[in-house]
Amino acid sequence: MTAVEVAGLRVALDKVPILHGVDLRVAAGEWVTVIGPNGAGKSTLLRAVGGLLPVTGTVRLFGTDLARLPRRQRAKLVATVAQDPVVPPGMTVFDYVLLGRTPYLPPLGRESAADLAVAGRVLARLGLSGFADRHLATLSGGERQRVFLARALAQEAPLLLLDEPTTALDIGHQQEVLELVDELRRSHGLTVLASMHDLSVAGEYADRLLLLARGKVAAEGTPARVLTEELLATHYGARVRVIPGDQGPLVVPVRADDKVRPSDGP
Amino acid sequence: MVHRPGRVSLWWLLAGIGAVVVAGVAGLALGPVRLPPLGVAAETLNQLPWVELDSGLSPRQAAIVSQIRLPRVVLGLLVGAVLALAGGVYQGAFRNPLAEPYLLGVAAGAGLGVTVTVALRGGTGLADLPLTVPLAAFTGAIGAVVLTYLLGATGGRDRSPATLILAGVAVSAFLAALQTYLLQRHIEVIRDVYSWLLGRLGGATWHDVRLLLPYAVVVTVVVLLLRRELDVLSVGDDEAASLGLHPQRSRFLLLAAASLGTAAAVSVSGLIGFVGIIVPHLIRLLVGTSYRAILPLAALFGGAFLAAADLAARTVDAPREVPIGVVTALLGAPFFVLVLRTSRRVTV
Repeated sequence: MTAVEVAGLRVALDKVPILHGVDLRVAAGEWVTVIGPNGAGKSTLLRAVGGLLPVTGTVRLFGTDLARLPRRQRAKLVATVAQDPVVPPGMTVFDYVLLGRTPYLPPLGRESAADLAVAGRVLARLGLSGFADRHLATLSGGERQRVFLARALAQEAPLLLLDEPTTALDIGHQQEVLELVDELRRSHGLTVLASMHDLSVAGEYADRLLLLARGKVAAEGTPARVLTEELLATHYGARVRVIPGDQGPLVVPVRADDKVRPSDGP
Repeated sequence: MVHRPGRVSLWWLLAGIGAVVVAGVAGLALGPVRLPPLGVAAETLNQLPWVELDSGLSPRQAAIVSQIRLPRVVLGLLVGAVLALAGGVYQGAFRNPLAEPYLLGVAAGAGLGVTVTVALRGGTGLADLPLTVPLAAFTGAIGAVVLTYLLGATGGRDRSPATLILAGVAVSAFLAALQTYLLQRHIEVIRDVYSWLLGRLGGATWHDVRLLLPYAVVVTVVVLLLRRELDVLSVGDDEAASLGLHPQRSRFLLLAAASLGTAAAVSVSGLIGFVGIIVPHLIRLLVGTSYRAILPLAALFGGAFLAAADLAARTVDAPREVPIGVVTALLGAPFFVLVLRTSRRVTV
């Protein structure tokens, strides 16, 4: 089963073309991470798949054309964690997570006991039960990221879009959040489409990588195929060394010899 | 887990209803003319259909209750409720604690409408224009909001909150300039126009109540039905969309309802400030950030607050009246500071 099927996707924001014909397939249960230099269109691609932008081309989620999905139906299929979500002042963690149940509420109804139970379960699963009554704004970056994830999980959508879920986090919390996502993917059969900046981390957690450059797919495949010194030099203009690691290639930035002057040395 | 967000606790609801009753009874019983409280109560109940109590009041006293004090108290409750409700909606829809019901140009539009009407009539006085002034204020207010909305839409596809606020500032400045010019040319009407601008409930009649009531009912129903959407909007437009909402449409409906209510309130009472911004904040400090709890309570306490402020306006310096806008600010600001200081959770 194909979770995401994108063909000939073009997106323009304020008449500036951002994506020029992107094709992408994500199988159900797969983890695909979009990488690419700043401004390549990673967030735009994720937002388009989430149905948040007007697009030309086709986006199909689990076989249904996105354009023909009613909003609430769409919200039951795909949950998004944005790059930098708004933190509503004064809102408690529990109330925030419970908003994830919005697509399941009858138009004028309120949350049922089942909705409250889902929110409670998700909080417990992410180790956030003790935070339920805390204000979201008082949490640390790592805790907040878990709460954002909890809201998305409360949506009980089979497809999770994560736009740079770890950018604001230190290494330890990056690994904690990504391990958590991977565990949830396995236990709940979720499909994950993410975007990330850290290439080594991206390669360690994704089944496949999609390298986006200037609004087009520059390379696609397993981390070993995409994370090569040549491709990264071409599309990032970066000098890197790629070292084989246990879970995928490790990308280490290196400084060009001719730029290191003697006075920089020890 | 017994946690239920957005549920208005019964105690707060009872407190709100209690505040409305106390403010209403006090507003009826107290005034420049002393009346026996029991007689006032009986006469008030006589306004209901099929109630015929012997109030023991003279016809003149009965008329003071039924034709002067009662419409004034009812109008105060309605105007206060609509302004507080609209303020809460604006603050939620714009995700901005400083938003107030006059943000999109209602005040400037209504002011210009009234100025044009009075100036063109050549200063015959507001009292001679019992129908035209509310109509002019209403038309001006609605026209200004429509203009703001159209202008905000040219800024981009999204009609983002910031664009709308800027458009509101521009429209308000433009209309205020026109109004200033007109006033300068027709200097003889300044006193009339300003007495209207300052807001007043004095001279309120059942006619004013009948003008406002349908709008107040419709707006309250629409806003209370949509109040959960304000909670969803508070997490951001993208997130709200990914949760299945149409954020622009929800915001439009809520703002349209709130603006309509504000325009109707302004048209019968003038520009009463402070209620729309302070009452929702007080409620937020007391019951938390869910608009599902804030809005119903804001309507109740907003009505009670304005009725109480009006009582103060007509009694502290009787028989003269203090402009009600002065009273709302003088009463409201210290009270707000008190709540702000004693409240555990400062959420602004």
